[in-house]
Amino acid sequence: MSTDLRDGQKPRLPETEDQSRPIVQPRLGLLGWLRWIWRQLTSMRTALILLMLLALAAVPGSLIPQTRIDPSAVTGFVEDHPDLAPWVRRLDGFDVYGSPWFSAIYLLLFISLIGCVVPRTRLQFKALLAKPPKAPRRLERMPVHGTVTTTDSPEEVLAKARKALRRKYYRVHAHDGQTLSADRGLLQETGNLLFHLSLVGLLAAMAIGSFVSYSGQNVVIVGDKWANTLPQYDTFEGGRNVGADDLPPYSFTLKSFTAEFDSESTGDQFGAARDFEAKVDLVREPGAEPQEQTIRVNQPLDVDGARLFLVGNGYAPVITVRDGEGNEVWSAAVPFLSNDANYTSTGVVKMPDAKPEQLGLLGVFLPTAGTDPDTGAEVSVFPDDDNPKLQVYAFTGDLGLDDGVARSVYVLDEGKLEQVKNAEGEQFTQTIGVGESVELPGGNGTVTLDGVSRYVALDIRYDPTKVYALVFALMALFGVTASLFVRRRRVWFRVTPGADGTTVVGIGGLSRTEDTQLAEEVRRLLTAAVPTRVKESPETSTDTAATDPTPPSEGAATDRSTQPGEGV
Amino acid sequence: MGVNENLAQLSNNLIYSAMAAYAVALIAFAIDLSGRGRVANAGREKELVNAGSPGVTVTGAGPELPATSMAAGDKPSEKRQTVAMAIMVTWLAFVLHTAGVILRGVAVERVPWGNMYEFSISGAVIVTGVYLAALWRMDLRFLGTFVIGPVLLSLGLAVAVLYTEAAELVPALQSTWLVIHVSVAFIASALYVLGFSLTVLQLSQDRRESLRAGGKEPSRGQFMDKLPASDVLDRASYRLYAIGFPLWTFTLLAGAIWAEKAWGRYWNWDPKEIWSFVIWVAYAAYLHARATRGWDGRRAAYLACVAFACLMFNYFGVNIFFSGLHAYAK
Ligand code: HEM
Repeated sequence: MSTDLRDGQKPRLPETEDQSRPIVQPRLGLLGWLRWIWRQLTSMRTALILLMLLALAAVPGSLIPQTRIDPSAVTGFVEDHPDLAPWVRRLDGFDVYGSPWFSAIYLLLFISLIGCVVPRTRLQFKALLAKPPKAPRRLERMPVHGTVTTTDSPEEVLAKARKALRRKYYRVHAHDGQTLSADRGLLQETGNLLFHLSLVGLLAAMAIGSFVSYSGQNVVIVGDKWANTLPQYDTFEGGRNVGADDLPPYSFTLKSFTAEFDSESTGDQFGAARDFEAKVDLVREPGAEPQEQTIRVNQPLDVDGARLFLVGNGYAPVITVRDGEGNEVWSAAVPFLSNDANYTSTGVVKMPDAKPEQLGLLGVFLPTAGTDPDTGAEVSVFPDDDNPKLQVYAFTGDLGLDDGVARSVYVLDEGKLEQVKNAEGEQFTQTIGVGESVELPGGNGTVTLDGVSRYVALDIRYDPTKVYALVFALMALFGVTASLFVRRRRVWFRVTPGADGTTVVGIGGLSRTEDTQLAEEVRRLLTAAVPTRVKESPETSTDTAATDPTPPSEGAATDRSTQPGEGV
Repeated sequence: MGVNENLAQLSNNLIYSAMAAYAVALIAFAIDLSGRGRVANAGREKELVNAGSPGVTVTGAGPELPATSMAAGDKPSEKRQTVAMAIMVTWLAFVLHTAGVILRGVAVERVPWGNMYEFSISGAVIVTGVYLAALWRMDLRFLGTFVIGPVLLSLGLAVAVLYTEAAELVPALQSTWLVIHVSVAFIASALYVLGFSLTVLQLSQDRRESLRAGGKEPSRGQFMDKLPASDVLDRASYRLYAIGFPLWTFTLLAGAIWAEKAWGRYWNWDPKEIWSFVIWVAYAAYLHARATRGWDGRRAAYLACVAFACLMFNYFGVNIFFSGLHAYAK
């Protein structure tokens, strides 16, 4: 019988024949060495060590902030650990999963895997086409074996045995007139191979995905229209094969956004978010009829292969600003970034055209203004906009918009700006409600809060390979399940003439896996093949009498054990 | 919207009652293990393993844990009454515990695993459930102390440290995939917990066996002599891990599908995902080790322990110390 073990692989149970393979010394020389390295790389021991390394190597990414997940956390880490950070950076600690050492481990593992699985796949094809192997000469050497004597003829026994085996989904073959060879559970190895190969497919799908996918983020205020073109994205990350022409020409108007917050619970959960819902009028291509669509947190919108996800939301106070000369220099909704669970939000308005000087506003928006019981300060006490208030701070001077350097729209660069001060010489601030205005000191103009709007932050993602990733993952799941649950068994029957015209029936069973039910199965097969037995000779019946309460010649009691499907 | 406070209170009381019952069961299991339990002689001679199944006998099968039925799985020659009582009380505790978990879910009108408290009580009930179910297939009665002990401990932690008022879920956690993902993760983890208990026993049994082989008599832990040999424990734990592994694979898959739905990326290397992946690779390494010459037995058992440590870290450490998109720990 052939053994298809890898180097270092442990045979689970004794094979039928000695596996005395000649030990081939690698001939020295380049080819010999290459072959030796290949053998080492594709051995079970190497696979095991690489697996352990992979697990170990994945850990640091959970301890150190990762640029691709949370860039601001990385910045924070660098500030907090100025001595450590350069070393972490040198070792790619901020990008563990794209680092050369992490890639090296999984690439080696996958090379090993391919080197391991391809030859096994070939062997498995052969095994699927081949007949069950011939019966070993001595069935008693099988891990599970038994012998009984019967008055049935050899042909009758073999016919019954064949039927019993078939019923348990064995492949059966008679190499000669005295034996039956049977095996089942080839799906086990097939599943194992399918599992390993699917992992390769999964990795390939992910790798290709990184070339052809794109993702972008944008902020849309209620009432605004958004079209899928590159300039409309706030941030955009495309794979190497993605260009501006690849974006499908859809557009939408954000009709409404509603948020529900918990106003009934007490403690921690008070004010926790319960539901977010955005409604858009989607125009799938220029000229098409708008369709109303809903986007929720776990319910993205599919457009042309891309998916729109609702990932954030906030308030956009509608602000009007007149400069010192009475000209309207700003009148629009401004998205504010929320800083806490109660949506205390900050935002800025930059007005380079204001006269006499460039004007910058910093606003703190409180959707439900109230007083903090401990400090007495004015804070937001609930995330909904029940009592919206805007605290206004103003700056004059150079906004720094002319030097061409990209600046965040959410931050004022205070370097060349001066605070607008009150009569006492402190920074001026005033809180206004909806419909109210504030006059800035020093003739710098007026600020009016006209109303409150909301905005949503959307993630737009396109990844055509993800269905393949899913298919491979499902195949892997199916494969590993089959591999761990299907039992690969071999069973042989042998009939030999006994004394007084009786027939001696021998059975042997072998399993390639952990198989606690093999003995039971072999016993049932033997019982089914030989329903009527004569009392065995003393040498072979060491324990039959003790366990068999029915008289040996009566077969009726054994019917229960021959039900199909049992113990499979 | 709304939380039924009365039901939530009733749920808490059921959990307390379950804890009391577990405590009783734990004591009974421990007494049985110590050998001081009541054993009634059933009055029959010792029979062979194949007893009860009519037909012929085959030879050659290695020693295995016999299958038991939960009610009376005793060897025909003896009836371990204390352990039978322990299992009955465990059933009672399981029923109370299950009712407590279900009522918590009814009170908050969602699945009962929105925060660490609910995680712990739901996780613990699955461990008990899987243990009681496993008793059907294997005689794991000796394991009771090592199962009910941890269950009681995690319930204690849950009510004393992790308790959270009943409330609804934040939007990101409202998904069918979350239900599927988490429930399968619970079952896989419960299998790993049982497997780990067996592995620890296997390692200490292994130590005793090698002491004996060296001619020394182990001085402590006499109760271990009544437990199965280390290779039998090894095979029994393997069976649990082998069921757990595809379930954990499914957990990763369902989690990825959920992540794709919620955030657009099926895999984002968020701390929770990283550790779930580490656990998966660690158990894959264990399965490989068992098939590798020189790595089976004790070394594979050590790997299983490492994998289990990762599982525990994922549960306690990551939820408490890391911030990520899996923010239910707060
Ligand atoms: C991504 C890396 C890998 C993973 C996650 C993985 C996972 C697994 C799992 C879970 C099993 C258990 C299923 C079973 O027992 O039938 C298994 C079995 C096996 N793996 Fe892998 N594997 C990986 C790489 C490799 C490599 C590189 C090799 C070749 C050297 C290999 C060879 C085998 C073999 C021969 C078995 C069958 C063991 C037996 O039951 O006799 N695997 N693998």
